Amino acid sequence: MSLLAVEGLDVRHGLLQAVRGVSLAMDQGEILALIGANGAGKTTLLRAIAGAHRPAGGRILLDGTDVTALRAYRRVAMGIALVPEGRWLFPGMTVEENLLVARASRRTGPWTLDRVLDVFPNLRPRLKAKAGSLSGGEQQATAIGRALMTNPRILLLDEVSLGLAPIAVERVYQSLAALIAEGTTILLVEQDLGRALRVATRVACMLEGRVVLEGAASSVTREQVTEAYFGLGREEKAGA
Amino acid sequence: MIWVNQVLQGILLGGYYALLACGLSLMFGVMRIINLAHGDLAVLAAFLVFLLTEQAGLPLAPALILVLAAMAVLGAVMQRTMLERSLRAGMLVPLLSTFGLSIVIENILFAGFGADTRSLAPAIGSLAYDSWSIGDEIYVGRLSVLIFLAAVLLLVGLQLVLARTPLGRALRATAENPDIAELVGINSRAVYAAAAAIAVATAAIGGIFLAMRATFAPYAGPAQLIFAFETVVIGGMSSLWGTLVGGIVLGVAQNIGAQLDPHGFLIAGHVVFLLGLACRLALGASETGGRFRALFGKAP
Repeated sequence: MSLLAVEGLDVRHGLLQAVRGVSLAMDQGEILALIGANGAGKTTLLRAIAGAHRPAGGRILLDGTDVTALRAYRRVAMGIALVPEGRWLFPGMTVEENLLVARASRRTGPWTLDRVLDVFPNLRPRLKAKAGSLSGGEQQATAIGRALMTNPRILLLDEVSLGLAPIAVERVYQSLAALIAEGTTILLVEQDLGRALRVATRVACMLEGRVVLEGAASSVTREQVTEAYFGLGREEKAGA
Repeated sequence: MIWVNQVLQGILLGGYYALLACGLSLMFGVMRIINLAHGDLAVLAAFLVFLLTEQAGLPLAPALILVLAAMAVLGAVMQRTMLERSLRAGMLVPLLSTFGLSIVIENILFAGFGADTRSLAPAIGSLAYDSWSIGDEIYVGRLSVLIFLAAVLLLVGLQLVLARTPLGRALRATAENPDIAELVGINSRAVYAAAAAIAVATAAIGGIFLAMRATFAPYAGPAQLIFAFETVVIGGMSSLWGTLVGGIVLGVAQNIGAQLDPHGFLIAGHVVFLLGLACRLALGASETGGRFRALFGKAP
């Protein structure tokens, strides 16, 4: 049985249908990279899986249990954690408090405050600093650390490199390598195609709300992804 | 000496105002709700204590515990059934619904207890008028001192809960961003219900002290709401210490006003409130983050 299964998911923003009949399945330990242009529905899909956005149709299953109707905090308690795009810390609270607040999920496991600080040592001297005063890279580390504090079975990462300096992106991905080595299941959205193909075991490309290409990262070529990304192979787009 | 006395009495009165105001400020800080029924909830608690002690013959201590527990439950129920729904319809709707609740409470109390002015002073015996003398000319009421100490204890306690406990972290996180709080595993509806329970219970404490130190009647709520509101505006929302300072400033201003002129009590309070408001608007305009900064934005 897949750890996470999405079946025929439809998600709307008012009249706009952002996700159209998407189906995905992920096994334990897989790293799936979602690729697609802005507005393809990647963030909406991740938010729907995390419970921040109620889908209009379809089902989301975690380890076979239907979680579609559950509120976000219940899904966190079951092991789904989202690192949202734009990081979204609690800026008036300290780094330590931002991390500890995730204990509300009541999930226990390998991830404790100390473990998170081992993976993100740059946070250790900043523990008592307000999250709003951190650099972009430190904020991203805190956001990922906060998600890890819930001891997730599956980690959803939305554009963790967005708006970061190259060196900070490098550092974030180095720490992700540590998670990957431990067999954490990760669903990530990444704009940098080369990086996505290196990190992921599998790739899914979205276009206008649908998954148009899916395959093992090793079997997918850059050309195929580029074609799917821009919808070049589709008849109806030929005249556009 | 008379001025020293007025300032001292004003400080003690300020403790009562802070007690009344902290729930109002908590609810605004966490849920962005200005609860116009806050004063009426305080008076309701006073009537419940009156009902249990004078009419049901219960001793004071168990009556207080029962009423505080009941008011906390009422706060949570109010949040779940009324405030949560109104808030979904926009920031202004809770103003209307709590205004409506205020009218409902006043009229239920009027229908049940009539227009008589009552006091819990008889229930506390000589504590109602006992005093300590400081020097030859100044006397401070024991009850006033007790209320002030209770206010400081409550504010310190609340501040500690907010700063140090998991519930406090959840409250502050939810106040900053309820959607993100849910995504880290916080049940924001339960947090809101807890905040409303704490806020209404503190209003109840304020109402009960009002009933002991003075009198109350079914329509006494709005006046208390105004004092609480003025305290919050003068003291600011950034910390509960601000609330205490706001209460003291208001209390001292009122007592000095009363000393200057027999009608000066309320006027001096309102003038200080307006000055405080003007300062806040002037400062707020120059600050980023806007005028209605989150209550816990600057908490330690």
